[in-house]
Amino acid sequence: MSFGCKCGGELNSKLDALLDRYRGQPSALIQVLHQAQELYGYLPRKVLQRVAGALNVPLSQVYGVVSFYSFFTIHPKGKHQISVCKGTACYVRGAGQLLDRIKEELGLKPGETTEDGQFSLEVVRCLGACGLGPVITVDEDVHARVQPERMSDILAAYRQ
Amino acid sequence: MELYRAHVLVCAGAGCISSGCQAVKSALEESIDRLGLKREVKVVETGCMGPCDLGPVIVVYPEGVFYRQLKPADAVEIAEEHLLKGRVVERLLYKAPEDGKTAVTSDQIDFFKKQTRIALRNTGIINPESVEEYIARDGYRALGKVLTSMTPEEVIECIKKSGLRGRGGAGFPTGLKWEFSAKAPGKPKYVVCNADEGDPGAFMDRSILEGDPHSVLEAMAICGYAIGANQGYVYVRAEYPLAVQRLSLAIEKAREYGLLGENIFGTGFSFDVEIRVGAGAFVCGEETALLASIEGRRGEPRPRPPFPAQEGLWGKPTVINNVETWANIPPIILKGPEWFASIGTEKSKGTKVFALAGKVNNTGLVEVPMGTTLREIIFDIGGGIPGGKQFKAAQTGGPSGGCIPARYLDVPVDYESLTQLGAIMGSGGLIIMDEDTCMVDLARFFLEFVQDESCGKCSPCRIGTKRMLEIVERITRGEGRDGDIELLEELGQGIKSSALCGLGQTAPNPVLSTIRHFREEYEAHIYHKKCPAGVCRALMVYAIDEEKCNGCGRCALVCPAKAISGEKKKPHRIDLEKCLRCGTCMEKCKFGAIYTI
Repeated sequence: MSFGCKCGGELNSKLDALLDRYRGQPSALIQVLHQAQELYGYLPRKVLQRVAGALNVPLSQVYGVVSFYSFFTIHPKGKHQISVCKGTACYVRGAGQLLDRIKEELGLKPGETTEDGQFSLEVVRCLGACGLGPVITVDEDVHARVQPERMSDILAAYRQ
Repeated sequence: MELYRAHVLVCAGAGCISSGCQAVKSALEESIDRLGLKREVKVVETGCMGPCDLGPVIVVYPEGVFYRQLKPADAVEIAEEHLLKGRVVERLLYKAPEDGKTAVTSDQIDFFKKQTRIALRNTGIINPESVEEYIARDGYRALGKVLTSMTPEEVIECIKKSGLRGRGGAGFPTGLKWEFSAKAPGKPKYVVCNADEGDPGAFMDRSILEGDPHSVLEAMAICGYAIGANQGYVYVRAEYPLAVQRLSLAIEKAREYGLLGENIFGTGFSFDVEIRVGAGAFVCGEETALLASIEGRRGEPRPRPPFPAQEGLWGKPTVINNVETWANIPPIILKGPEWFASIGTEKSKGTKVFALAGKVNNTGLVEVPMGTTLREIIFDIGGGIPGGKQFKAAQTGGPSGGCIPARYLDVPVDYESLTQLGAIMGSGGLIIMDEDTCMVDLARFFLEFVQDESCGKCSPCRIGTKRMLEIVERITRGEGRDGDIELLEELGQGIKSSALCGLGQTAPNPVLSTIRHFREEYEAHIYHKKCPAGVCRALMVYAIDEEKCNGCGRCALVCPAKAISGEKKKPHRIDLEKCLRCGTCMEKCKFGAIYTI
């Protein structure tokens, strides 16, 4: 194994294959980070070091890119990812109150993960489903016109 | 080719997917199969048809019957009644909210009737995953015409004459941009599609990419020929995975058919397109930031000039146009610049797609000629404000735009008129607000957005908008001071004139335009400590109407601060010292006895 990450050998060999495809191409950095994050669920430091080496980009610059874009995370995420849309259309239809309810329900602030590792919460800007606000997504599922009262039922469905 | 006696188009735009159109489609297909109609009826998944709040919607051809808000069980009924027996299912047709009149086909519905669809000509009509269906609708004919019968100069002249201006917000003449790139020294040249649609409330680019991806590819190839470029990039935001998927498929198909790649149509012209997926940074919609991001760097803007047309991607001449702009190109080539220029106003030609959202009856995508009034868009097409409420303002242009109050409802919408009102055309997000929206709170919302999304490179944007946000927050908390409005205006003007990129230069617009049109609302917050719309919690005082209260005790039970007391069956009262102004009591009161002052 090339480094002591607990993520396991299979992931590492997939990462190797990915890096081989883009070796020496600094302009592919963002696309490589997307795929690496898909593999690991987040971007551990060891992975960033390997990406930096393969693409021939200084680690500081890789970190600069990772911290610039909100899609990338260097912390592991929960099993279920809740995204609350706070675009304008959702906002005027009550996304603020909805977010308050979710925060209360899970005891979380946006950007955090519950202690049991079940849920991560984040705020996003416009999911493009403006006709149906307020909208949240849990993993791949879109929930439209969510009233705060419905939140406990929605979350319960994912807890099982 | 197989012939079918009926086609069922199922809208699979983002809105309908969110409303569960996939389950409806499976139910429909199963029923068709069960009834033995599989060889007679074809089910086609299309891009966004527009009326998102009516989703899931389907249209049955040849009659063109429009069904809305379907559940899987409804789809079964449609298969059994309409498709098998030829009887339209009355119950599932659209009924106008104003007069309850039933519309059988979509062209009887005001929402569709008043639209002119150029950029959206194919979305909701063709299967976006089929290049054949695009070709059947004149797809790639414009590219063929350009490559076989026009010189690059003629193409540029044609776009210039059409009067087409950038649909991404700034409204720069598209033909002129192409000409600059064509004449700029430096090789290779690049063609870029800006699909980083970040303005909250705008989703037309998404719908075009998801519903008609080939129109963008064809237009980019046409531009490549006109300026002498052989490589294009589409920069799509990561929040739109379906757009990325359909676009990838479209590129693959186009290559397979020889519509992209080497030696297109045997003319010796080569052009290919690659996708670059963004990573969640609003500022990347700004063209220089977008280019940096394609190059794999932090998406930070740089000063212009040099403009990308001269020095763009990797320092080479680059044309960047927005998705909707691209979608307009093939029809202009085919029908001629005069046709396009005959639509719209003197300085703004053609149509504009608006994403209608917020407090309006018919939400969704609408395409109207430039110069249509807001009143027509909001009341005729949008069906007015729900719940009998009053229209208060329309917000255009997202965080870069402004709010337009009711007294300007009859102004024809084009680039110039909106700018004069302190708003901008922007990418076409049109959010409708009723009397329940507080303009100060809305300004706060946009400042918060800009603060989140400011890249931090220049201080007017990074620090200036932070100071503005602090002041507006203070006002919404009831701590506004005399002179705050003037200070906001001064700061706003300063940031507008000194920020580095379009994001910062337009960031103060939501504040400045709400001050301009709703100054009295700011004054109410600052001097009278009141929020007229009843949004800013810190400024609200809850009270119980003794006449209406029958002492059921529900409010006291739910109050988290134990601020409500009273004897059973006698009017209760609220202790304002303890009240947290959470509003729970008002929500729970069944008798409407709790009100705010």
